[in-house]
Amino acid sequence: MSISPETIQHIAKLARLGLNTAQKAAAITQLEQMLGVFDALNTIDVTGVAPLFHPGELALTLRPDVVTEGDQHAAFQAIAPDVSGQMYLVPKVLEAV
Amino acid sequence: MSTAFEAVIGLEVHVQLATASKIFSGSATRYGATANAQASAVDLAMPGTLPVMNAAAVEMAVRFGLAVNAQVAKMSVFARKNYFYPDLPKGYQISQFELPVVVGGSVDASMDDGRILSVQLTRAHLEEDAGKSVHDAYFGKSGIDLNRAGTPLLEVVSEPCMACAAEAVAYLKALHTLVKAIKICDGNMAEGSFRCDANVSVRRVGATQLGTRAEIKNVNSFRFVEKAINYEIDRQIRIIESGASVVQETRLYDAAKNETRPMRSKENADDYRYFPDPDLPPLMISDAQIERIRATLPELPRARRERYVSALNLSAYEADQLALSADHAEYFEATLAALARPDAKLVATWMMGELAAKLNSAELELTAVPVSPARFAGLLDRISDGTLNSKLAKRVLEAMWSADATADQSIDQLGVRQLSDASTIAALLDDVIAANPTQVQQYLTGNEKVWQFLVGQAMKASRGQANPAELTTMLRARLAVQK
Amino acid sequence: MTNHYDLAYFQAEKARGVSAVALVEIAIERAQIAQPLNALITASFPSARAAASALVTSQHPLAGIPMAHKDLFCTKGVATTCGSKMLANFVPPYCATIVEKLDAVGAVSIGKANMDEFAMGSANEHSYFGAVSNPWDLSRVPGGSSGGSAALVAARVVPYATASDTGGSIRQPAAFCGVTGFKPSYGRVSRYGMVAYASSLDQAGVIAQSAADCAAVLQVMAGHDQRDGTSLDAPVPDYQNALTQSILGLKIGLPRGIFGGKQTGLDADVLSAVQQALRQFEKQGARLIEIDLAHLDAALAAYYVVAPCEASSNLARFDGVRYGHRCDNPKSLNDLYLRSRSEGFGAEVQKRILLGTYALSAGYFDAYYLRAQRVRRLIAQAYQAAFAQVDLIAMPTTPTTAFKQGLQQANPLAEVLADIFTVGVNLAGLPAVSIPAGFSAGLPIGLQLIAPHLAEEKLFCAAHQFQAHTEFHRQVPPAFVVAQVGATS
Ligand SMILES: [Mg+2]
Ligand SMILES: [Zn+2]
Repeated sequence: MSISPETIQHIAKLARLGLNTAQKAAAITQLEQMLGVFDALNTIDVTGVAPLFHPGELALTLRPDVVTEGDQHAAFQAIAPDVSGQMYLVPKVLEAV
Repeated sequence: MSTAFEAVIGLEVHVQLATASKIFSGSATRYGATANAQASAVDLAMPGTLPVMNAAAVEMAVRFGLAVNAQVAKMSVFARKNYFYPDLPKGYQISQFELPVVVGGSVDASMDDGRILSVQLTRAHLEEDAGKSVHDAYFGKSGIDLNRAGTPLLEVVSEPCMACAAEAVAYLKALHTLVKAIKICDGNMAEGSFRCDANVSVRRVGATQLGTRAEIKNVNSFRFVEKAINYEIDRQIRIIESGASVVQETRLYDAAKNETRPMRSKENADDYRYFPDPDLPPLMISDAQIERIRATLPELPRARRERYVSALNLSAYEADQLALSADHAEYFEATLAALARPDAKLVATWMMGELAAKLNSAELELTAVPVSPARFAGLLDRISDGTLNSKLAKRVLEAMWSADATADQSIDQLGVRQLSDASTIAALLDDVIAANPTQVQQYLTGNEKVWQFLVGQAMKASRGQANPAELTTMLRARLAVQK
Repeated sequence: MTNHYDLAYFQAEKARGVSAVALVEIAIERAQIAQPLNALITASFPSARAAASALVTSQHPLAGIPMAHKDLFCTKGVATTCGSKMLANFVPPYCATIVEKLDAVGAVSIGKANMDEFAMGSANEHSYFGAVSNPWDLSRVPGGSSGGSAALVAARVVPYATASDTGGSIRQPAAFCGVTGFKPSYGRVSRYGMVAYASSLDQAGVIAQSAADCAAVLQVMAGHDQRDGTSLDAPVPDYQNALTQSILGLKIGLPRGIFGGKQTGLDADVLSAVQQALRQFEKQGARLIEIDLAHLDAALAAYYVVAPCEASSNLARFDGVRYGHRCDNPKSLNDLYLRSRSEGFGAEVQKRILLGTYALSAGYFDAYYLRAQRVRRLIAQAYQAAFAQVDLIAMPTTPTTAFKQGLQQANPLAEVLADIFTVGVNLAGLPAVSIPAGFSAGLPIGLQLIAPHLAEEKLFCAAHQFQAHTEFHRQVPPAFVVAQVGATS
């Protein structure tokens, strides 16, 4: 299985990783190597086998609808890179929704 | 709309569930807190924190499913929708994708023309809301407030089965009524508790395939939904008629300009990489749980409508008008309960007639009506017992509208009481017959047209207070004698 | 050379009146001796001293005894870096549940153990804070990702350290460092406050010198947590009780594929040491039964699909907005994301994020992610079928002993293959332990025992009964013999 430069570019964009040309080339080599490991998946017949997403077939546990958290913005924003007026700041977002 | 085209509309409504705490954390969901005061470690996606599902949100989703006769899934799955945006702290939204909690169902809506529209639902799924970005206040930066992040939503997706803006609005209103009636949402549209996205496409009449659709985001009043859809239908028809084709895209409705325009992309290639959230095992709902929740549901609009027809003998039209709106049903039933002699038909006639007319001219919703059901019932009692005719009753209602008085107090104050005394009416009729010999003569020679004139004159002579039934019977009898 | 530096030693010191402050000083002195290992990212000695002196007298077996946390457990007020530049300055205002639980019984943390960045690695060479060395041979790796925890315990700095295991990250470094590493069943220990690598595989556990000590620590760590929706609401048995049970008649399954000598990459010394150790079990009354355990290669593939997929999503929260590394002067939102993330994450983490993003993306999702999860079910079923025949399954923890530092740069697949015997357990959510079982050329060898879901007691029993009759777990790396504590040989 080979990975094209366009594919790695697309994947890096989805993952929001800024890669330079050399890093992209290295990523292609590494990913292709791992896809080789993945080939072992195809040695097994999985027809009719349901995927197992959680070990032990867990069921969701629920919590009661109770407010347990108070205003902690001071503690959390003390470790934030850029805040003003209790807001987290980021470079201007173009369109609000 | 050009008759050569038809529109196909489907709605996605985000219903904010009325829980005290967030869907996956113990933060409050209260509206209007100072920025980030209601954003806990989980809401901020602090490293190592985990989502834990709110039991009340599950219960509300089940209530909805039962209320719309949908299938409540025995097993549903939370999935991650992966994309980057500053109002989405985890870099993914927890939603439901392949296996939603509610499948199918339908909502009945009454149209202004009296038609009942049954809108099929595709699904309803649980998900978390995102935070809010605030622009222009921070010198070229955007501020992020994560108070809303993690607020529980039920996204209700309809089939693309509506043909015009009026149908879409009727459905939306019915849905709005329903979610309030089953107490899963406060319905406050201004605060974003009930938000609508509309998928709109048009096609040539007779075409079997759907046209390319545009998704109009976040149209947050019934009026704007109507305007946005109408604008969008016209826009798409113009495009097709010009020979071009509609582009599948997300558009934003600009209420100030009354137009939709394409939204600037979130710089995402559209690949959300949905996969089951490994932090949240499948949500299992047992039959016993469903039955327990079913028992707590109030009477639903559909069942109420049937009861109004079968048990209260209302017409189908009256039942639709009164049963499908929780406010109307509540007022109707409170009035009926307060009557001395139950008469559902009388309540329906007066609610949908005079009361509705007065609300309309005062531009008031029923919830703001100045006459309580008990006082309204007092008025109707005086109609039933013959104290008031309808003309007098309207005057009394007028008086009750602006004064906090009972019907009897208003009747006394106005000095209006229906005249039913036979001798008084007889004397009054004698005067009318004497004063209008020509018309009497015409009537006696077979001209029925003057009948209404003579009744009118008699009514006028009684200053509107005569019992109309009594008056007409006696007048007929008297004229018959003269024949 | 053997040394007593386990819980019993500290408890005995405590019993003869040595204060918690003095016990902490012992560990601090050991930490200074062990500095060349680079096993601690953050040494929180002042707060350890303060905690020790503030301690109320307690009979709890862990009270006043020094320990260390792997640096992915959030510690309120103490930096929690996850071995990453991304979190180099991250001081959480909250604690992981297991940190709270250990604090509550009076455990005294002397610092945060080095680890592979975001727990991704099997050599502890992917740490922003530098590689960790193996106490038995400083030119070799300690294993990973809990390399710091294993090295600290092996070098007798602390009697135990917390650790986490996503594909072998407790057991593999325990094997490489000659200590006991215990990975509980998925859901047995809360994951709240443990920075996530792959949520459906991650499980917190402990590394100590013996199974008995692991049992004492897990007793505190285990149990249901309201803040973790995958935490099991099942009673926690008395693990001390389990230690003294007999292993007479215990059925231990040996997978034919591995013990038949046909497993590629399995070192002959490792295999024979493990076989020797199993004969010791037999001598104590256990029965060795050959079993079939299919899909080992496929388990490795499934793990390396599922873990990066989950990781690619778990690590999306590190965006430079609310905490963690932010690039200088971002020109746009996209620039903020791209630079903060590519500067903050190391190469291995970026590789796994890309791999996971790829395997989840449109067009590849079915072939990789979904297929891997189907294979995962078959693997879980294979274990289940085996446990219908036997009580425990045994195999080497790793195919080789600790390899030289720098090897994975030359051959990245070598690091991947080191996980071949450990990942299946995570895919199936089972409990497992690695215990010291011999040496090859002066390097420790680990024996792995695997139990059915929630059968931790069987592991504690078997491992403890073995350790009661063997001395492998008492061996101290020659460079780290404890001077002031009486050497016994
Ligand atoms: Mg949607
Ligand atoms: Zn939605």
